[in-house]
Amino acid sequence: MPLSSSHRGRIAAGIGAAAVLATALTACGGGSSSSSADAGPPQPGGTLLYGLSQAPTCADPAQSGTNQTIYVARQVVDSLTDQDPETGELKPWLAESWDTDADASSFTFHLKEGVTFSDGTPFTAESVKKNLDAIVNTLTGAKAALGASYLTGYTGTTVIDPQTAQVDFAAPNAQFLQASSTPQLGILSDASVAKSAEERCTGNISGTGPFTYADYQQDRSVTLAKRAGYNWGSDVFGHEGEAYLDTIEFTVVPESGVRTGSLSSGQLDAISDALPQDAPQIEGAGGQVLTTSNPGTPFGFQPNVTRGPLVDPAVRSALVPAINRQELVDTVLGPNFKPATSTLASRTPGYVALPDVTYDPEKAKSILDQAGWVPGADGIREKGGQKLAFPVLFSSVFAGNQAILELVQQQLRAVGVDLQLDLVSTPEATARQNSKDFDATYYNSTRADGDILRTQFGLEGRNLNSRGPIPALDDVLAKQLATTDPAARSALVADAQQQVLDNGLWIPTVELSQAIGAGPNVQDLKFEASARLQFFDTWISGR
Amino acid sequence: MIRYLGLRVLQAIAVLWATFTVSFAVLFLLPSDPVSIAVDSASTGTTVDAAAVAELQARYGLDQPVWVQYWNSLSHAVRGDFGYSIATGQSVTEAIGNAVPSTLALASTALILAVVFGAGVAFLATYTRVHWVRNLLFSLPPLGVAVPTFWVGLILLQLFSFRLKAFPAFGDQGVATLVLPAVTLALPTGAVIAQVLAASLQTTWRQPFIEAARAKGASRWQIQTRHALRLSSIPAFTIAGVLVGNLLAGSVVVETVFSRAGVGRLTQTSVMAQDIPVVQGIVVLSSLVYVLVNLAVDLLYPLIDPRIVEGRRSSEQSDTVEQEEEKVHV
Repeated sequence: MPLSSSHRGRIAAGIGAAAVLATALTACGGGSSSSSADAGPPQPGGTLLYGLSQAPTCADPAQSGTNQTIYVARQVVDSLTDQDPETGELKPWLAESWDTDADASSFTFHLKEGVTFSDGTPFTAESVKKNLDAIVNTLTGAKAALGASYLTGYTGTTVIDPQTAQVDFAAPNAQFLQASSTPQLGILSDASVAKSAEERCTGNISGTGPFTYADYQQDRSVTLAKRAGYNWGSDVFGHEGEAYLDTIEFTVVPESGVRTGSLSSGQLDAISDALPQDAPQIEGAGGQVLTTSNPGTPFGFQPNVTRGPLVDPAVRSALVPAINRQELVDTVLGPNFKPATSTLASRTPGYVALPDVTYDPEKAKSILDQAGWVPGADGIREKGGQKLAFPVLFSSVFAGNQAILELVQQQLRAVGVDLQLDLVSTPEATARQNSKDFDATYYNSTRADGDILRTQFGLEGRNLNSRGPIPALDDVLAKQLATTDPAARSALVADAQQQVLDNGLWIPTVELSQAIGAGPNVQDLKFEASARLQFFDTWISGR
Repeated sequence: MIRYLGLRVLQAIAVLWATFTVSFAVLFLLPSDPVSIAVDSASTGTTVDAAAVAELQARYGLDQPVWVQYWNSLSHAVRGDFGYSIATGQSVTEAIGNAVPSTLALASTALILAVVFGAGVAFLATYTRVHWVRNLLFSLPPLGVAVPTFWVGLILLQLFSFRLKAFPAFGDQGVATLVLPAVTLALPTGAVIAQVLAASLQTTWRQPFIEAARAKGASRWQIQTRHALRLSSIPAFTIAGVLVGNLLAGSVVVETVFSRAGVGRLTQTSVMAQDIPVVQGIVVLSSLVYVLVNLAVDLLYPLIDPRIVEGRRSSEQSDTVEQEEEKVHV
């Protein structure tokens, strides 16, 4: 039975309303939340029951894209490097150290010895070669979109000796070092790599990670078991040796009210996507909501600079001070979210706060006045017979989008701009983005590397702006990809952030946050650098 | 009888082909492209090169003219092959096959509960002579149809799972996980049965042969169980197809609320992702179920009442039934 979109909408709205009601029914009084500080030293053992908000799409880390898929797959593979979530710095994991050539097109990894896959075979430089080759040649961008994009220009891996692998690119590719820390470039055993894309999805694969697949049932549940003898954890991990948990059981629980109820009644230990309205119930049961803001680009408007009033650079730059970001957070999202302060989110390496991203409606008005946009009878500005009105394309991938945009609509109206909301389904939003059929589109994207600016705004990148060459910006985006020195690269990324803003290519609003609900017995459940979960240090108290 | 059977089977095949064709047309006309969605859901801010998209489209045959695609998918579907899910890479037959047992357990339990409770309410409502009980019972079916399924599900979860901890809140393994969702799903279906059966029983009670039976000294209980119920059950039996439709539609909501990996939830997720091969498979499966149920009903009618095939008028039927039954039982 296919459902029409209006049906779907009604069902979703109904479920939402009932969830709020159900929450209200059980939201019993306060109660203090327990912190991990008084839980004592970590105790190994036990099973953690985790509620995912949607089904993982595939067991293979190389083919993973959604958060729920990565939460599971991340635990099964190790990567060559790991990224420190605090500093953004790259740390040793399967590679003890690495060298980069001067123009960032060749990377040599010196691998740890004694590492084995869960099928018993040893991890060597040959494994690195086979994994990267498979992403480029077998899986391709069609099946491994992220991995293949990280490997653009890949010319091959040379096995110098069993513990040394040299990865080469046709052109500078400095972002590859950060990419080598992602689960998409995690390392699987030779036998796993030799399988077809579809077979790799079914969970019958081995990595070197601290957990292994014990059971994988598409759309239903995944069980991970601790890898005995694991002792090659990354330098980012909180302890050495094996993981603490014996088992992690992931169950797909799509309804947020049911996840919250199951968590507070002890049927689950931790859950994905705890909604702001669920927090009181979770805290009331002694649990807590763990949050972190996503690196990458914050939520914002990306104008199509070839149509509508957004062709005018003055209009684009007037929108930046017209938005009251603190009010968006305070009114709609709550304290776990942050207002955007740049064209990169604050947890992205190389991020700088841009002083122009502030609320100043008078400045917005004066920019528009100077550009000749005069308020009409209804308060909406006009110039040469054209109204200062434009629609924004968006979908509800993030539940708060509509409420945020409704408030932005009011804020823009106050300076004489008529924003129209064009809410469509996620598939339709994707289709219209691909055909560039919009005046402005609203979204965010997650990546813990400043290269996101190049992939999103570069002429050779996705370029939803439909812009032509901007030599200074194009130059700095190319340079950051050829610079490996972290300080020098950060300076270039800082320059790029400013230029994206100055050219009106991104009008930032708020940063996306991840919110994980955790019961009082769950200790040290951590986010990795890309705001996804890492269960290695997690343990269960009070048993 | 053979002619009757042959006609029904032909009709069934025509319905299957029509649903397949309509669903193909609808999915084809949607504004988006499933491959871009599949690739995009996996890409967060990265560019997927056109070659990769083209390759994936070729892999799923989406680069071919619409008639070729239609012919290919139809001829494969006839052989039970619906291709591969664009979102997960699983074969559609496997994806649906994994989901069917869960939905079958849920739907059949719900159907049994619905019949027991629906018939029970209708029976008591028309049997009792206590006014307020009668009014109360008659008000139950409209209520059961009106309350939203997900709301009932969440209330049951709050009470029996989160507060009393009597049943698990999610999952679809074991009898304990079946109770709450089956009750939730049985409610609207049972209400329909109760409504149809009660109305039919009321009509039957007003018929002259009831007076005749009463005059011959049959008790209220004897009349209800021996005469009224059998005759009145035919309309309820006729709406079996509607009931199955109810159960399948209800499973979309119930399986989402109770986190069951059944056909309903597969429907919901694949419609959201516009996973065309999976949606096609589900459409054909549900129309097959619908067609089979109606076929079974059509074939069972003659067993309940042989004259339905002969096409006599219903007034004649009830007269004859009345006479026959009186001869046999009273």
